[in-house]
Order: sequence, then C-alpha cells, then structure tokens
Amino acid sequence: MDGKGAVTEKNHFPLQSGLVAFVKRDCPTCELVVPVLKSLGRLRPLMVYSQDDPTFPDHEGTLDDTELEHSFHNRIETVPTLIRVEDGQEVGRVIGWHRGEWEELTESSALGSGLPDARPGCGSLSVDGDHELDLMVRFGSDQLASRRVELARLEDEMEALFERGWSDGLPLVPPTERRVLAMLKGTSRSPQEVVAVVPPDLVECTVEKVAINAVMAGCKPEYLPVVLAAVEAACTDEFNMHGLLATTMTAGPVIIVNGPIRKAIGMNSGRNVFGQGNRANATIGRALQLVVRNVGGGRPGEVDRATFGGPGKLSFCFAEDEERSPWTPLSADFGIEAGTSSVTLFPGEGPRTMVDQLSRDPDSLARGYAANLKNMYHPKAALAFDCIVAVSPEHARVFSEAGWSKDDLKARLHELCQMPKAEMVRGAGGMAEGLPEQVPIETVPKFRPGGILIVHCGGDAGLFSAIISGWVNGKVGSAPMTVEIRS
Amino acid sequence: MSEQESEFPGLRLLDPTGERSLPIRERPSKPVTLEGLTLGLLDISKARGDVFLNRLELRFSEQGALVRRYKKPTFTKPAPPDLRRQIAEECAAVVEALAD
Repeated sequence: MDGKGAVTEKNHFPLQSGLVAFVKRDCPTCELVVPVLKSLGRLRPLMVYSQDDPTFPDHEGTLDDTELEHSFHNRIETVPTLIRVEDGQEVGRVIGWHRGEWEELTESSALGSGLPDARPGCGSLSVDGDHELDLMVRFGSDQLASRRVELARLEDEMEALFERGWSDGLPLVPPTERRVLAMLKGTSRSPQEVVAVVPPDLVECTVEKVAINAVMAGCKPEYLPVVLAAVEAACTDEFNMHGLLATTMTAGPVIIVNGPIRKAIGMNSGRNVFGQGNRANATIGRALQLVVRNVGGGRPGEVDRATFGGPGKLSFCFAEDEERSPWTPLSADFGIEAGTSSVTLFPGEGPRTMVDQLSRDPDSLARGYAANLKNMYHPKAALAFDCIVAVSPEHARVFSEAGWSKDDLKARLHELCQMPKAEMVRGAGGMAEGLPEQVPIETVPKFRPGGILIVHCGGDAGLFSAIISGWVNGKVGSAPMTVEIRS
Repeated sequence: MSEQESEFPGLRLLDPTGERSLPIRERPSKPVTLEGLTLGLLDISKARGDVFLNRLELRFSEQGALVRRYKKPTFTKPAPPDLRRQIAEECAAVVEALAD
C-alpha cells in the first residue's frame, strides 16, 4: 500500500533526450559514480540534477534541483538514478550503482573500471519523510480536481465545517490539500477513478472525494482501501443504499471487515467490539456515511426519513475475530478466499444482547438463540428480514467443543425458528399485526434460506451473544454485499 | 497548518460534496379542469397504497379525467427511468401514493 505515483501520474517536466541522472552530494554512491557520469557525458548528452548542491558534481550539465521539483515529477526514490530518454520518453532507468545494469542501459562497456561491481544508492530527498508531503502540496495538488473552499481568516475552521452542512453532528478534521494528499497515499488507485455512483442524488464519486470525506471522518491513510470497498459495496443495486437511507426503519449500513487488513490497521474484533475506543472501527463507518451525506446528498430529514435511526447511521464497523474462531470467517460464506481482505455490508440495526450463562450443550444454547430470534421486529414478522448472530468466544466454545460447525448451527436455528401459522396471522394472540390469513403454509419460517449470518467476535469473557437485525431483504430491499479490498 | 497553507487568507479546503449544480425548471401551471386530462396514479408497492389510489381513480373519473395506473417494482428503490419517462409521455399529471 505504498501508493507511490498515485498523485504523480502526469509529468509536467518531460526530460530531454539522452541520459539524465539524479544525485545528491550527501550520498557516497553518488560520489562513487561521478567518474562514470563524466565519461558518459563525454560521449552523449547528459543532464545531472543535483538535489542538495548545484556544484556537485563538477560537470557542465549539472542542474540545480534543490527545490526537488524535477525529482518529484520524475518519481525519484533513490539516488543515484540514471534515466535513458528517447524522443522525450523514458525508456529505462537504473538505481544505485550496478555496473551491468548501467552498461546495459547506456549500451556501453567497461564502465567504472576500478569501482566495485555494485553499491546500493541512498534515499532521494524528494521522498524524505514530511518533505514528500510538502512537495506533493507544492507540485502535486493540481492532481486534485475538487473545488477549493477558502475560509476567511477570522472563521473558526471547526465551526466553518459545521456551518457548511458537511458534518454528521460531530466535529470534522478540516480536509486540507496536505491531508487529502496524505490520505491518497493509502491507495494506489488514481484520484480521479470513479468508485461508485452514490445515492440519493446518484453522483459519480471519485477516489479523491472518498479521501476527502475519510480525512474529515478522522481516518488514517491505511484505512482508505477499506472505506473505498465499503463505498463500492454500499452503492450496488443489490445493497440498495438508497432504500436503506430513505426508510423509516432504524437500520443503517453495518460494515464487517475480514482478512489480513483487520490486524494491519489495528481494528478491534474483541472486547467492546461494537463500542467506542478504536479509531479504525469508529472512523471507517463514519467515512462511509459522510460520503453518503456529502457526495450523495443523503441527509436526515430530507431523503433520510428514519423514525428512530441507529448506530449504523453514524458509524457501525467492526472486524471479525478470525484468529480465535472455530469456524471459517463470514467472508468465506460469500466466496472470498482465505488471506484476501474484504468488507461485507449488512443493513442492520444496533446490536441486541442474548444472555445465556447456563447452557453448556449446543442444542440448549441454540434454543435460547432461536427464542430470541423469533421475536425479531415482531413475533409475527416472518421471512422479510435477515439477521447477523454475533457469537462470542465463550459461546463459540460451547459449539466447537461439541463439534458443531457453523453450518450445523445455522441449520439448527432455521429448524427451531419455525412457527405455526395459527400464531402468526393477523389478530392471533389479540394482536392486529401479522400475516394475512390466506398464507398457504401451515408452518412459517422466521428466516428465508441463507437469512442467518454468523460472525465470531467480542471479548473473551461473557456468556452472551448478539443479534443485529436486518432490513427488508432480497430484491425488494437489500442483500448483504461483500467486496474485496484492493490496495 | 503548513507554511504553504498559511499564505492564504484563511484555511484552504477541498469540497467534500458532489459539487452538483442543479438545473432550475419552471413548474407547469396547475390544470384549470380535470375534464379530458390524462392523469397517472403511481403505486409504489407499499401496503394499502392501492386503497388510496382506487379512491382517487374513482374521484378523478367522476370529474372527467382519463386515469392510467402505474406501479413501481419496489418502494425501496427509485422508479426505473423507463417508467418515469413513460408516465411523463402519457400523462398531464401524476399522483404518487408515497407513505404508509
């Protein structure tokens, strides 16, 4: 995920044909190759850009690049770098000193006799820590296409962001060019690549727009690939972010992250997994919602008609605990290979705890789950909603010690969540709500096939599990959507 | 804030929005009479929307309007573009049964 070149695709400084070298005096390898450069310069056009001292090397073709502009635009990462240019186009480059490579590039022989065969180069000043970001702001910000918004000197920048309507109610990190360029280093994708068409206004959303909103949400650059995948998944026709936004129901997008990236970016899959305190969990979900708000134009009270709303409307994002799980991860259920990072979006409510501290055999525990699940939304609601069952480590141990696979648990839950039609129809039990009398089956399943998803997460102490109730499922509503995370 | 940014009068930010500029369209004038007009009734596939629209169809027909009925596949998604175009071409006005 080093993202080199993500914002430097366009070279405004085409090189002249011949050989071009980038060096700095503060580099022993550059000192070493000075005689070689001089001998090459006697035979053909040679330009030498010096990063730290225009008098080094003592060669008439030496050019001052202490501003590092040419080094930046030619994506120099190591000095010395020798580039061969034909008709204004780079046709090859070598870095450091390696006699064979230099001879091949320059079509010369017996270069640098007396020198060792090879020496590694040094870091280019143009990629030196914070220096690189300064250069990106100075020379690379024209890669950013978004409108510039200049605040007045007396405006408080935190208040200004609220006043422009960009906030979800919490303070935002001001999206300066520097911060957005730093964010874009989290991906190798081009800033102008379209990620998705975001509802409700159906606006084409670029990597850059996602990065701006990720900055505002408080993301670190290494989270950006996860946010990009979440935006892509949310805006599919199957997931139906438009309907999920507009509904009067409580649900919002829930993001479950699987694969190696969870640990690489420090996500929480353990204690307080749905709670506060982890930057990645908190800001990735927030970034998705800011994209929907700011790019898509989806705001509460406008297209968003939620009666109550819920955590997914602000940020509901977590990782599965794969390391301690007795089962394959959720992503495997959607065809993602092991070792591949992915997000799964689920249209969900806030979590509801299921307490069972006494069951030590799996069937007893499954019965407890089923009794809870049958009441989801309404005891008479059936087939219209999926669910996630978040199984804690202590509960998972009860199943795994008895040899139950994840599929065994799902099958048993489907079996237990069958309800007699007589109890489900309108008016039954003195409750007007319910199914129409003409339902043609005598036993009604609570869930459609595949409608129970299982995720392993949570702290290592606590004989609890949790239900995350879904929203209207299938083609008329929303289906869970899994997308691979690309760097 | 970097030195570069402090050269500006205030902080310079990047616009996080979709930067849309919306076309402003004039609203058509209200019909003076329903007599002879073709009116669309759009059912969004929400429960009991048909009850409301059936009543409207009756009332509009009594006033001499020709009523056409349309239906969205699901209330959770916007009407398909083809359906929107069809209604625009066939009707002078449309009533949508929107909420619960």
